[in-house]
Amino acid sequence: MSAKRSVIGVPRRRVDGRAKVTGQTRFADDIVLPRMLHCKLLRSTIPHARIVRIDGGRALAHPGVHLVLTGADFPITYGILPVSQDEHALAADRVRFVGDPVAAVIASDELTAFEALDLIDVAYEPLTTFSDPKESLAQGLPRIHDYGDRGNIHKIVSLGFGDVERAFSEADLVFEDTFFYEGSTHLPIEQHAALAARDPDGKLVLWSSTQTPHYVHRALARALDVPAAHIRVIATPNGGGFGGKSDPFNHEVVIAKAALLLDRPVKICLTREEVFYCHRGRHPVLMHFKTGVKRDGTITGVHLKTLLDGGAYGSYGVASTFYTGALQTVTYHIPVYHFQGCRVFTNKPPCGPKRGHGTPQSRFGQEIQLDKIAEALSIDPAELRLRIVERPEALTANYLHVGTIGLPECIRRVVRTSDWANRYRKLPNGRGLGLACSSYLSGAALPIYWNDMPHSGVQLKLDRSGGVTAFCGATEIGQGSDDVLAGCVAEILGIEPLDIRPVTGDTDLTPVDLGSYSSRVTLMMGNAAIQAAERARELLARAVSRKLAIDPDRLVFADRRVFDAENPEVGVSFAEAVSLAETLFGTIGTTGSYTPPRSAARFKGGGVGPSPTYSYSAAVVEVDVDPPTGWIHVPRVWIAHDIGRALNPTLVRGQVEGSVYMALGEALMEEQSFRRLPRRLSGALVHKFPSLLEYKSLTTLDMPEVITELVEHPDPRGPFGAKEVGQGPLLPVMPALANAVHDAVGVRIDELPITPEKIVKALQAKAAGKTPRYGPTAFPEIPWPETLQVPPPWEGGDGTSIKK
Amino acid sequence: MDSHARIRLTVNGDQSHVLFASYKTLLEVLREDLNLYGTKHGCELGECGACAVLLDGQPVLSCLVLALECDGRAVTTVEGLAADGRLHPLQEAFADLGAAQCGYCTPGFLVAAKALLDEHPRPTRAQIREALSGNLCRCTGYQQIFEAVESAIQSTVDGRQSTVTTDDSRSVDSRRT
Repeated sequence: MSAKRSVIGVPRRRVDGRAKVTGQTRFADDIVLPRMLHCKLLRSTIPHARIVRIDGGRALAHPGVHLVLTGADFPITYGILPVSQDEHALAADRVRFVGDPVAAVIASDELTAFEALDLIDVAYEPLTTFSDPKESLAQGLPRIHDYGDRGNIHKIVSLGFGDVERAFSEADLVFEDTFFYEGSTHLPIEQHAALAARDPDGKLVLWSSTQTPHYVHRALARALDVPAAHIRVIATPNGGGFGGKSDPFNHEVVIAKAALLLDRPVKICLTREEVFYCHRGRHPVLMHFKTGVKRDGTITGVHLKTLLDGGAYGSYGVASTFYTGALQTVTYHIPVYHFQGCRVFTNKPPCGPKRGHGTPQSRFGQEIQLDKIAEALSIDPAELRLRIVERPEALTANYLHVGTIGLPECIRRVVRTSDWANRYRKLPNGRGLGLACSSYLSGAALPIYWNDMPHSGVQLKLDRSGGVTAFCGATEIGQGSDDVLAGCVAEILGIEPLDIRPVTGDTDLTPVDLGSYSSRVTLMMGNAAIQAAERARELLARAVSRKLAIDPDRLVFADRRVFDAENPEVGVSFAEAVSLAETLFGTIGTTGSYTPPRSAARFKGGGVGPSPTYSYSAAVVEVDVDPPTGWIHVPRVWIAHDIGRALNPTLVRGQVEGSVYMALGEALMEEQSFRRLPRRLSGALVHKFPSLLEYKSLTTLDMPEVITELVEHPDPRGPFGAKEVGQGPLLPVMPALANAVHDAVGVRIDELPITPEKIVKALQAKAAGKTPRYGPTAFPEIPWPETLQVPPPWEGGDGTSIKK
Repeated sequence: MDSHARIRLTVNGDQSHVLFASYKTLLEVLREDLNLYGTKHGCELGECGACAVLLDGQPVLSCLVLALECDGRAVTTVEGLAADGRLHPLQEAFADLGAAQCGYCTPGFLVAAKALLDEHPRPTRAQIREALSGNLCRCTGYQQIFEAVESAIQSTVDGRQSTVTTDDSRSVDSRRT
C-alpha cells in the first residue's frame, strides 16, 4: 500500500552499524562466563598415520588441567553432508592431515592448556602420504577413507546432456584448453571461536562463530548423542565467514562435550595458524574445456572435465564437485553439455565452500577460453558474449531455470565506463584491458539434508510501544542480513529499521533458516520477512479500518502511522494500530516462510545448481605489466552487477567492492599451498604460509579503484526484486585479469594465481618462438564412470536420466 | 619476578590500577583484565592491525606490547573514541558509509584513522592508504573505509561532531552513496 519506497533502495546506515563502530558487537571470543575454562587442541604432526597409542595421563596430572579428551571420547562421526559424515571430533584411529585434531586439553587458562599439550603422548605409525591428486589417482591404497567411489577417489560423476561428439562435428571450430586454479583460504579476520556451557537448567548451549547454526545444532545432537531439543546453538556475529565457518567443527563438538562433563563453561579460540589448517576453502581444480563454436561465436557444445583436490575429509566436497560443472550453462546458451567431475582425497586440510563454491574455477577457464575464441574468430570479446547470452526465463541443458538476466546491460555498462572500444587492443605494450562475465545462484534450491520444509522462517512480535521484534535463524556474517531483515519489515509496516530488533541465529529463539551460504539469505529470508510483515499489516489494517470506519484498502502504512490515503491527517500511530489489533485479535504474532520452487532437474546430481534465480556480473580489469619483471599492477576495475534490486545501496556497494577485493587476492597472490618438510625432519606435508604476513592478501596500498554499476531490473522471485550480491561480483574478476594480461603483453596465463614469475616464463617462451603461455599442459586419464544421459529439454527430455 | 604485576594505567581517560599475569600483552590485559572487548586479536603476531590502540596518543599493535611496559601511560581504545555522549566523527562516518561490514577489523581501523587525523587533519587519499596499510580487512575492499575517513575530515577539522544522530538510521547527507 505504500507506493513510494522509504527504506528499501535508500542508502542508509546498517542497523548494526553503531554497535560495530563502538566495539560493542559481541563476537564469540568476547563472551565470558564465570568459572570459564579454556580448551586447546593437539593436532597431528604427521600427514597420514595410524594412531598406535595416545595417553593423556601426564597432561591430566599437570596443575591447572581439568580434563583431557581423545578420540575414544568421540565415537560418533558427523559431517555437513549426510553422504560424507566422515569426521570424528578427535581422530579415532587415524590422522589424515597435519593439523588433524587428536586430543584436547581443558585447563584454567590458555597458557596452561598450551603447555599441557606437550605432555600428551602420541605414537603414530606413518602411512603413505598423498600430497596431490596425481598421487591419489595413481594409488588407491592405503585408502584415506573407507568410503567413496574407489581407492582415494571420493566422488566421480559423468553427466551428459545431449550428444557432445555430434555437437563438435557440427562446429566450425573446436577449442581445447587446460586450466589450473590454485586453492585459497577464506582468511576471515576473526579466528574461529566458540564457548560451550550448561545453562542454569542444565541444557547445553553453544555460542559459536558459525554461519550455519541449524546444521551445527543437528551435528551436535548426532555427535554427542544428546537430544537436539536440549541443545541451543547461538551463532555470534561472524567476523567474516566467506564459507569458512559453514561446517560443524571439531572444536565445537569438543568443547560441548567438555562443558557437559565438567559442568563449567569451556571456551576455545583457534590461533591464526590453526585457522589455516581448519580451512574448508577453495578446492584446487584442474580443468579441461573442449568447446565447439560456429564462426559467429555460437556455442554448439561443451565438454568439461574437472579434477578437484579435496583434502582429507568430505566437507561440502560432493556439492563442490557438482558446482564445478553445474553453473556453466546459465550464462551463455550451451545446447549440448557433457560434464565430468572427480574429487580425490589427499592428506591436506579439507577443502570446502569458499565464496563462489566451485564455480570460480570453471568460470575462470570458460571466460579465458571465450577470450581465445573471440581472438580466433576476430570478434570483440564483449560482442561475442552479447551474441551468446542465455535468454531470460530459459531452461538450460542441465535443467536449471534462469530468471531475469541483466547481463547484456552489465556488459554494455562496463564497456562504456571503461572506454573499452577505444582502449582494448589499443593500449601501449604492457597495458591492457580484459573482460569477463559470470553468474551465481541466489540460494541453493535444495537444503543440505533432504526435507520438504521451508528454507527460511521469520516470526514477528509486535509490541504496544510500536516496537517490533523480528526472529530469524539467519546469521550475520558481515553481509548485512540483520539489515535486510529489518529493512524488509520496516518497509512493509511503514516504520523505521531502528524500531525493529532483529533476533537472529539462535536455535532456541528463532525459526529455522538454513544459514548464510550459497547467497541465499537476502532472497529466502527477505521473502519470508515480507510474508510475515504483510500478515501483520493485514491484521493491523483490519483493526484500524474498524476504528476509523475506512476500507482497509485505503490505508497507508508510512512514517510510523497508519492513515487514510485520501485524507492523510486521518489515521493512528503505528503503536496505536498495534494496540487496536491486540484488542481485537488478542496477542499479535505472525510468521512467514520461504521454500524455493521445485527444480526441473530430476536426475542424480541434479540437486546442485538449481536456484530461484541467478545474478549476473561483468567486469573489465585494467592492468599494467612490466615485461622485464612480470610485475603486475591493477589500477582500475569496472564491475557491473545485475542485482535485481539494491535493498540498501551502501551495503550492496560493499559486497561488490569486497568481492572484487577478494577476487584480486585469489588472482594475484593468495595460495593455500603445501610443501614437504625434509625427510630428516619429518617429511610432513605442511602449509607453506600459515600466517597473515606470509599468506598474501591485498592491503590498502594494493587495492585499485573500483567503479561499480548496479543493474536493477527487479526479479519477481526476489524480495522487492532483489537477487544476490555476496558472491557473484567475485567471479568475473579473475578471468578478466588474465584476459587483461594477454591484452597487455600477449601471453596467456592459464592458471591462478597470476604471478610475475609466470608472466616472465610465458614471455620467455614467446620470445623463443614457443606457445606464449604458462599453464598446465595435460589432464590426467581418469576412470570416469558410465555417463548418465539426460536429454536436454529441446530433445524432448523431462529432466530425468535415461534408464538403462 | 612475581607471577603477577600491578600497573597504573589511564584507559580512555579513566585512571585504573590493574593486576595481571606478568607475561600478558597489553591486548590481553585490555580484554581479559579490564573487560574492554572492543580491541580484537586476529593473528597473534602483529600482522593484521585488529589490535591497534593508541598508547600515549601513538598507534601501536597491542598484541606486541607487554602490559608491563605501560605503567603510568595512557591508552585509548575504540571504547574511548566517543566523547560527551556522542560518537567520534570517524565512528559516525564508518557507520553511515559502509566502512564496517563484519565489524571485526573496525576498532583497529578507527584507532589508526584517529591517529592519522590527530597528526594530519587533512590527509590525502594516498596518506590515508599509507596510514591504514597496517590494517587488514577481508570484507570491504577498503574503498568505503577511505571515503569514511575523508568524510570525517571536515567534521574533525571544524571541531564539530557529525550532525547524524544515532536515532536516525538514514543518512542525511545526499552526497553519500
